[in-house]
Amino acid sequence: MTTKAQAVMDWIDARFPLTSTYKAHLSEYYAPKNFNFWYFFGSLAILVLVLQIVTGIFLVMHYKPDASLNASGVPVAFASVEYIMRDVPGGWIIRYLHSTGASAFFVVVYLHMFRGILYGSYRKPRELIWIFGTLIFLALMAEAFMGYLLPWGQMSFWGAQVIVNLFSAIPVIGPDLSVVIRGDFVVSDATLNRFFSFHVIAVPLVLIGLVAAHIVALHEVGSNNPDGVEIKKKKGADGHPLDGIPFHPYYTVKDIVGVVGFLIVFSFIVFFAPEGGGYFLEYNNFIPADPLKTPPHIAPVWYFTPFYSLLRAMVWPLFGLDAKFWGVVAMGGGVVIIAFLPWLDRSPAKSIRYRGPIFKTLLAIFIIGFAILGFLGTKPPSYAFFGVIPGAPVAQLFSLYYFLFFLTMPVWSKIDKCKPVPDRVTG
Amino acid sequence: MKKLLTALLFAPLLAFASDAELHLDKAPVSTEPAALQNGAKLFVNYCLNCHGASYMRYNRLQQIGLSEQMIKDNLMFTADKVGEPMRIAMQRDEAKEWFGAAPPDLTVVARSRASEFGSGADWLYTYLRGFYRDSERPTGWNNVIFENVGMPHVLYELQGEQLAKVSEKDDGHGGKIKEIHLEQGKPGKMSKDEYDKATADLVSYLVWMGEPMAETRKTIGTFVIAFLGLLFVLSYLLKKNYWKDIH
Repeated sequence: MTTKAQAVMDWIDARFPLTSTYKAHLSEYYAPKNFNFWYFFGSLAILVLVLQIVTGIFLVMHYKPDASLNASGVPVAFASVEYIMRDVPGGWIIRYLHSTGASAFFVVVYLHMFRGILYGSYRKPRELIWIFGTLIFLALMAEAFMGYLLPWGQMSFWGAQVIVNLFSAIPVIGPDLSVVIRGDFVVSDATLNRFFSFHVIAVPLVLIGLVAAHIVALHEVGSNNPDGVEIKKKKGADGHPLDGIPFHPYYTVKDIVGVVGFLIVFSFIVFFAPEGGGYFLEYNNFIPADPLKTPPHIAPVWYFTPFYSLLRAMVWPLFGLDAKFWGVVAMGGGVVIIAFLPWLDRSPAKSIRYRGPIFKTLLAIFIIGFAILGFLGTKPPSYAFFGVIPGAPVAQLFSLYYFLFFLTMPVWSKIDKCKPVPDRVTG
Repeated sequence: MKKLLTALLFAPLLAFASDAELHLDKAPVSTEPAALQNGAKLFVNYCLNCHGASYMRYNRLQQIGLSEQMIKDNLMFTADKVGEPMRIAMQRDEAKEWFGAAPPDLTVVARSRASEFGSGADWLYTYLRGFYRDSERPTGWNNVIFENVGMPHVLYELQGEQLAKVSEKDDGHGGKIKEIHLEQGKPGKMSKDEYDKATADLVSYLVWMGEPMAETRKTIGTFVIAFLGLLFVLSYLLKKNYWKDIH
């Protein structure tokens, strides 16, 4: 660096920790050298977050959160989305990037969470990273749910109606709570405007704060790796972990490969199948919201369906409380229980590479069950596989398994036969 | 007479049951300007009296090869300026009184009618060819895939009349499936093949109108993916070069 540039840097560093921050988080942040495919999804989640914020900023310039009808009898909000799709130059691409980005966000985050379970990334000393992560997941669900109301189509409206009504099942405060959420007795213009406000301001702020906390906590303790060993335990003469390499340039150049690979898949959907077969943009949502016409089948978007299945699995009233209330408990509990993983898992080994057959079997069933719950959540409760095997009991079975997997983990993770964990990463 | 017999022979057999599957005919959707222009003509003449297309501006029809003058002279009946959207004069509350429901806006109908049973185009293609005489309905018409539809058969003069033969079939689970078999009654201006072609053009137009940028989107997408493919190779080589000392 020339002396002049150095002088400028010195001037800044005397007033702001620029160089030291750059070193702590990039050039001298030592990450394990054996990251594999599964480690792309953290950086990809940040990419999608930025994509959603940037496209969102441009969408807000033309979107109008207004449920009143225009001269042609169409809700203004719905018409403004079509205005973006047709009359705003480049609007269609921005909108498709945003609508596909919502689904991509969940794909990436689900894979990121799965990576954590595979390699025990939530175990000590990374419990707080995991809790922040669960909160990010929760905030993301709120963000997606409220964003989905904005196009003001039939699925937007009735999906919101169903989900907000769930809150009314909570004893004592429920009915009032649901009115507070909606700002009205039904989903209406008031609901649309407050969801818009939450979607573009409140929840993104919370999300960004949580993501920052997630990364700061990660860089404090250092990344886990596919072997689940702590690289900080073996340091070289220079004080750096023997199995660690600086994040920049090694993982920045590697993550670029991941980013481009992701963008290829993402672009295929945006440019060739933006509706995602009716899963990313539901067909019914091309019909403007009509409060007087309930669609025959209301299904949430695919990323909510596993949890929606947990909700529907509860059909029995208990302790004098409505079945609907227990459904809400199951759905909420299904998300919250993930945060307790660090204390439920008692295995001596962190990574699946050294864990025993019990974990591998139960995890495989868990993943299959989660996918089946997701699939059944898109179908009406009367759905039957091949027209013969009724879906509802299958969903109940896997819902039970979902919770048992977590709740019995302290027992089976302890007795599982683990292999010896090496001192150093194996590459 | 021979044509009528062929029409009879190939008359689609369409099953309808209250909660069962829809059997849709595959729509031969075209992106050819001639087909889209014919579709636009049919749309403006037959649909745009009761249905609006309020997100679709007339001057966008230039995209399918029509000049501004041609649009003004031949297609604009309800607007003064070519930049205006395809609105209709009918009041919604009146329409509701007349038909039982206000006719929906058709701009994105080809997108909203898609389902697990077929594309929106398939639904529309089957629907427009599925009207039959039903004296019990106030309009005198019914439809095979949209039972008790409020819309009369506006393409009647082209297709003529279809008559329904209803039979009941065992559904294999102890219930009955109502099967509607259509037969050509009084002929219209068009033969069956001509009518199928006309509805195919109309449906192609509705598909185009649902997303006028669809073809542009695919063209841009091809370039984007080609660029990303190249970038992938380069970024991979860059990564490999940086990582050559890491073992």
